[in-house]
Amino acid sequence: MSMNGKPKFAMYWAASCGGCEIAVLNIHEKILDVDANFEVVFWPVAMDAKYKDVEAMPDEAITLTLFNGGIRNAENEAMAHLMRRKSKILVAFGSCACAGCIPGLANLSTREQIFEAVYDGVSTDNPMGLRPDFQWAAPEGNLHIPEFYPVLKTLDQVVAVDYYMPGCPPESHQIAAVVDLVIQALQGNATLPPTGSVIGAGTSTVCDECPRVRNVKTIQQFTRIQHLTEIDPNLCLLEQGIPCNGPATRSGCGALCPRANAQCIGCYGSSDSAFDFGARLMTAFASVIEGKEPAEIERVLDTLPDPVGQFYRFSLAHSLLRAAPLVLEEEEQYATHQH
Amino acid sequence: MMSKINHSTTERVGVYVCHCGSNIAGVIDVEAVAQWAAEHLKDRGVVIARDYKFMCSSLGQELIEKDIQELGLTRVVVAACSPHLHEATFRVACQRAGLNPYLCELVSIREQASWVHTDKHAATEKAKAIVSGGVERVLHHTPLDPLHVPIHPATLVVGGGIAGIQAALEIADAGFPVYLVEREPSIGGHMAQFDKTFPTLDCAACILTPRMVSIGSHPNVTLMTWSEVTNVAGYVGNFTVTVKKKARYINTDLCTGCGICQEKCPKKVIDDTFEAGLGYRKAVYTPFPQAVPKYPVIDHVNCTYFQKGTCRACEKLCPTDAIDFNQEDEIVTLQVGNIVLATGYDLFDARRVAQYGYARLANVFTSIEFERLSNAAGPTNGNIVLRDGVTVPKTVGIIHCTGSRDRNFNNYCSAICCMQSLKFAHLVKERTGATVYNFYIDIRTTAKAYDEFYQRVLEEGAIFVRGRVAEVTDASRMPNEEGKLIIQVEDTLAGLQRRIPVDMVILSVGLEPRRDSHEVAKLFGISCSSDGWIIEKHPKLDPVATMTEGVFVAGCAQGPKDIPNSVAQGAAAAARVLGRIQQKEIALEPVRASVDESKCSGCRICNGLCPFNAIIFHEDRMVTEVNPALCQGCGTCVAACPAGAISGTVFSNEQIFAQMEGLLLHNIEHPPLTEGVLA
Amino acid sequence: MNDTFEPVIIGFTCNWCSYRAADLAGTARVKYPPNIRLIRLMCSGRLDPTFVLKALASGADGVLITGCHPGECHYLEQNYKTLRRYLMLRRVLTQMGIEPERIKLVWASAAEGVKLAQEITDMVEQIRALGPFKPRYPMPLNPSEVVEVQPVAERGTV
Repeated sequence: MSMNGKPKFAMYWAASCGGCEIAVLNIHEKILDVDANFEVVFWPVAMDAKYKDVEAMPDEAITLTLFNGGIRNAENEAMAHLMRRKSKILVAFGSCACAGCIPGLANLSTREQIFEAVYDGVSTDNPMGLRPDFQWAAPEGNLHIPEFYPVLKTLDQVVAVDYYMPGCPPESHQIAAVVDLVIQALQGNATLPPTGSVIGAGTSTVCDECPRVRNVKTIQQFTRIQHLTEIDPNLCLLEQGIPCNGPATRSGCGALCPRANAQCIGCYGSSDSAFDFGARLMTAFASVIEGKEPAEIERVLDTLPDPVGQFYRFSLAHSLLRAAPLVLEEEEQYATHQH
Repeated sequence: MMSKINHSTTERVGVYVCHCGSNIAGVIDVEAVAQWAAEHLKDRGVVIARDYKFMCSSLGQELIEKDIQELGLTRVVVAACSPHLHEATFRVACQRAGLNPYLCELVSIREQASWVHTDKHAATEKAKAIVSGGVERVLHHTPLDPLHVPIHPATLVVGGGIAGIQAALEIADAGFPVYLVEREPSIGGHMAQFDKTFPTLDCAACILTPRMVSIGSHPNVTLMTWSEVTNVAGYVGNFTVTVKKKARYINTDLCTGCGICQEKCPKKVIDDTFEAGLGYRKAVYTPFPQAVPKYPVIDHVNCTYFQKGTCRACEKLCPTDAIDFNQEDEIVTLQVGNIVLATGYDLFDARRVAQYGYARLANVFTSIEFERLSNAAGPTNGNIVLRDGVTVPKTVGIIHCTGSRDRNFNNYCSAICCMQSLKFAHLVKERTGATVYNFYIDIRTTAKAYDEFYQRVLEEGAIFVRGRVAEVTDASRMPNEEGKLIIQVEDTLAGLQRRIPVDMVILSVGLEPRRDSHEVAKLFGISCSSDGWIIEKHPKLDPVATMTEGVFVAGCAQGPKDIPNSVAQGAAAAARVLGRIQQKEIALEPVRASVDESKCSGCRICNGLCPFNAIIFHEDRMVTEVNPALCQGCGTCVAACPAGAISGTVFSNEQIFAQMEGLLLHNIEHPPLTEGVLA
Repeated sequence: MNDTFEPVIIGFTCNWCSYRAADLAGTARVKYPPNIRLIRLMCSGRLDPTFVLKALASGADGVLITGCHPGECHYLEQNYKTLRRYLMLRRVLTQMGIEPERIKLVWASAAEGVKLAQEITDMVEQIRALGPFKPRYPMPLNPSEVVEVQPVAERGTV
C-alpha cells in the first residue's frame, strides 16, 4: 500500500498507436473513480515518471498495470519484465499486447524490409540514407539504442500475463466495468476471475450481439464494402459478400461495426475455444464459398485479395506460425543467436 | 492464455507392440520400440510397455486384460495392424477387463511402417513416433457409449417395381406395417411391360401379377400409387416422411375399377410410358388391365374437360359417381423406422447413338418397344411386325450394348442386355422364323441356366457376329440392300467388314440411373456415384445398406441387374429392415458432433454444410444444434465453426493435436503447449 | 539442398478412402519413404486449417491432405469443402512467405494404394528439395512462455 493507503495503478505503452490510452481517458467520469481508488504511480502518457522510479519500487508494489502494445524492441521487452516484476496484476491491455494487432502484421516482413519501407520509402526524406545503428562507438563512449527485434512478440510471449483485455482499443464501457470489478475486488466485494482469463469482453462471438438477419450462406464473391452502393441494413454482411469477421470474433463490443454498416474486422480476437483466429476465419469463409471445381473456387478467392490481412489483421503475432518463416541468412543467424 | 497443458498425467497407459509374427518384427525392432516407450513416455503416463508375438491372439488379448486389472491401466495403446482390422478386437478386450472400449487406441505400425519401408532403422524410429502419437492421443480419450435409438416398426418402401414389391411383401408377411409409395398409377414397374422373362421364358405377367395382387390386398401394406415422397426428416428408427398423393380425380372409395370411364373417354393419347409409344391409352386410364390398384387416373394435361372445360363423359357415365374433377393433391405424413429405396432405372435414350438411326429410321426399335411388340397384351397382340403394323420381318438384327460398355456413353455393363437380346432372338425365331443376327462384344451369361439358354438360341440357328456395329443406314449400295436397313459392322472373328441388310433392327439399350437420382439421393441423405447409381455401404459385404443408417437400397437403383437379383436384393433389404425392427433399437458409433450452445452465436456458417440434415437452427434461441442420430460423424462442421463451438467425439481437436505432437515427438523434445484464448 | 535433411511430413487421411489406400499399400508391400506420419480423420472435411498450421508450427516440414475423389466422398460432398479450405490455406501460406508446395492435396480412393505411395514419395522428394521449414519464431518461444502463471491469489492479496 502506498503512503496514502491507496493501491497503485500503472499504465504503459509499448509498440502500439496510443489508442488504448485514449480509450482509458474515454471512460469519462469513471476516471475519477480510478483516481479515488488508486494512486497512479506510473503512466508516461499522463504524468511524468522515470523508469528508475519504477525500478526503485519493491516487487509487486503496483496492484494493477495495464500494459498496452506489443514487444517490438529490447526496450519494450525490458519494460515488460520490469512491469511484470513490479505488478501484482499485469493486464495485456488491447489487441497489441494480447495478440500483436496491426504492428504484428510487420511479422510478414524482415527487419530489412521494414527499414527499407521506413527509411527509404517514397515519403521519407533521408538523403544520407541513414539507418539506425543499435550500437555505436562514439568518442564519448558506447552509445546504444534499443535493439529492433526480428519479430513483434505479444506480451505473454515474453512474460506471464494475468489477464487479457482485447480490443483495438478496448471499448470504454468495458474498461469502466473492469475498473469497477477490480475496485470491488479490492474492497472484498467481488472475486477476480481465474488467472489467464479474458476480461472486459464476452465469451461468444460478435454475431451474438449483431441484430442482422442471418440465413444459410453461400458466397459467390467477396466485395469490399466501399465498392457497394447499397448495403442491406438488416441482412448479415457476410451474406452480402462483405468479408465480415464477426462469426469468429469475440463478443463484447456490442457489434459496433456491423451496427454501423461496416464489417467486423476482428479486433477482439478469437473466442475462448479457438487455437488460431485466422484459421477459424479462413475455414469458415472457405466452407461457405461457392464452387466445386478448383477454377471456380479460385475465382471466388480472387475476390479476397489480402487473405492474411483479412484473417490475421489483429492476431498474426499470436497465431500458430506467428511470422513469416526465416528467409534471410542474416535473420537465421539472428534467431540462432537469440535462442 | 499461454498456460501450459498439464504436462504430468495421472492416467496409467499400457503400450503393447505386436510382432505379428515376422510381419512387423521382421522390419521393426519391436523390443526397442516397447523399451523406448517405457523409458521415454514414462512422463506421459506409460506404466507398462510390452511386445508380444501376436497381440490379436487370445493370449495377447489376455495380456492386456490382465494388465488392466492388475496394473490398473486407464488407457491402452496397441501398436499393430490397421484399426480397420482389429480395432474392434482390442476394444472388446478392454471392455471385458472393465475398461471403456473407447479408451483403447490401435495404431498401425504394420500397414504404415513395416510393410512399406525397407530401412529397418528408419522404420523402427517411425514406429516409435507412431506409438508416441497414440499415447498422446489416448490421453485425451473419454469414455463413450454407443448411441441407442429406438426403431419405429413401420417401413417405407419407395418404388413399386419387382424389387420394391418383394421387399414390401417380405416385411408385411413378417407382420409389420409397410407403406409402398409408387410414382406411377400402378405398381409393377418395368417387369409389367415384359412378355417373357429369361432364361425360363416364364410369362412376366403370370409371375408378377399375383405379387401385385398380394400387395393390393395385404392388410399390412398401405399402397400409395400416383404419389411421390417430397420430404424426409428424422433419422434411423424415427423418420418423418412427407408424401404427396397426386390428385387422381377419382374417388377411390366409390370406384369399382369397372373400366367404363376408360372405354367411354373420347380422348386418345399416345402411351409413351407403358406402351413405349407404340400404343394408345385414354385420358382417363390404368396403365394396363391388371394394374394394382384398379383405380384409373385422369391425366389432366390431356383430359378434354381440364383443357377445354367441356366433355365430362366419364363423369356422366360412371356408374358409381366416382369421378371427382375437384380433387386436389393430398399431403400425407408418415412415421417410419426404416426406408427401402427401390426406385429402379431409366432406359438409355437410343437417340444418343445417332449412327444407329433410332427415331430416324422407322424400323429401328428399342428393346422396350420390342418387349411391347412381342407381348400378347401389347399393341400388336404379340405379333412381331415392322413399324407399318403389318409386315413381318424376314431378317432381324439385334445390336447388343447400345449405350453400355461405351466410353462415349456409359462405361459400365448393363448386365441384362445379353440375356434380353438372346430372349429376343429366340422370340423372333419362334414367332416369325426370321433370320436373326446378334451383334455383340462379349456374351455374358453368367447366372444359373443362362449359358444353357445361349446354347439353345445358338442351336435354334441365330447368327452371332462379334463386333461393335458402326452404323445402321438405309443408304443401299447393292441391289440386295434396297429397301433394307444395312448394318455396317466389323466382324472381329472373321476379320472383315460386313454389311448385313435386315428388315428390323432391335437396339438392346442399356440401363441408366433414374434421371432424378441425384435429387432423390439428396432427399434421402444418401449418395450416388458420379454415374447416378445409389452407392451401397459396401459393394460386397453390405450391398443393400447405404451410408445413411436406416436407408436401404434394392434393385436397379443400386446398379443394373436382372429380375432374380432385384428380387434377391428386395428380400435382403427386407431382412435387414426386419432385423432392425426385431432389435427394437440400434446402437450407433458415438462419433458425433455437438454444439456448445453457450459458444454458438448463430452465425449459421455450418447450417448448409451437412448433407444428412443433422444441423438444425433454432430461430427462437438463435443457436444451432446437431442431431446426434442424424450426424454421421464426418466432422466437417466441427472444422468449419468460426467460434469453435462445435466439437466432435473420437476425433476432437485435442486428440488430433495431441497425436500430432506425439508423432512429431514434440511431446518429448518440448513440453506440450497449448494456446488458449485469443490465439 | 541438404543431403542429410530428412523431412517429416504429417499426412491427414480419410477413414474411408486414403487411410484404406495406405492399408492397401501395406498389404501390397508397396514401398515409400518413412518420412510421412499419418493421422486418421473420418473425412477430409474434418480438416481444420488449424491442423496444418499446428503441424508446421510443431516441427513438420510439410503436410499432406488426402481425401476421396470429387464426387466420391463417403459423406457425399464434404471433400469439396476440403478443396476450398486447401486452396484458401495455400493462398494464406503463400502470402506469409511459405512455399505453397509444403502443403499438398491428393485424392486417393481405397483402391489407389500405389498412387498414394507414389504421391508420398514425390512429396518427400519435393520437401527435401525445399529444405526444412524454419519458423522465424518457433514454439516454444522462450522460457517465460512455459513458465506456468502463478495464480494471482497465490501471490498475496491484492
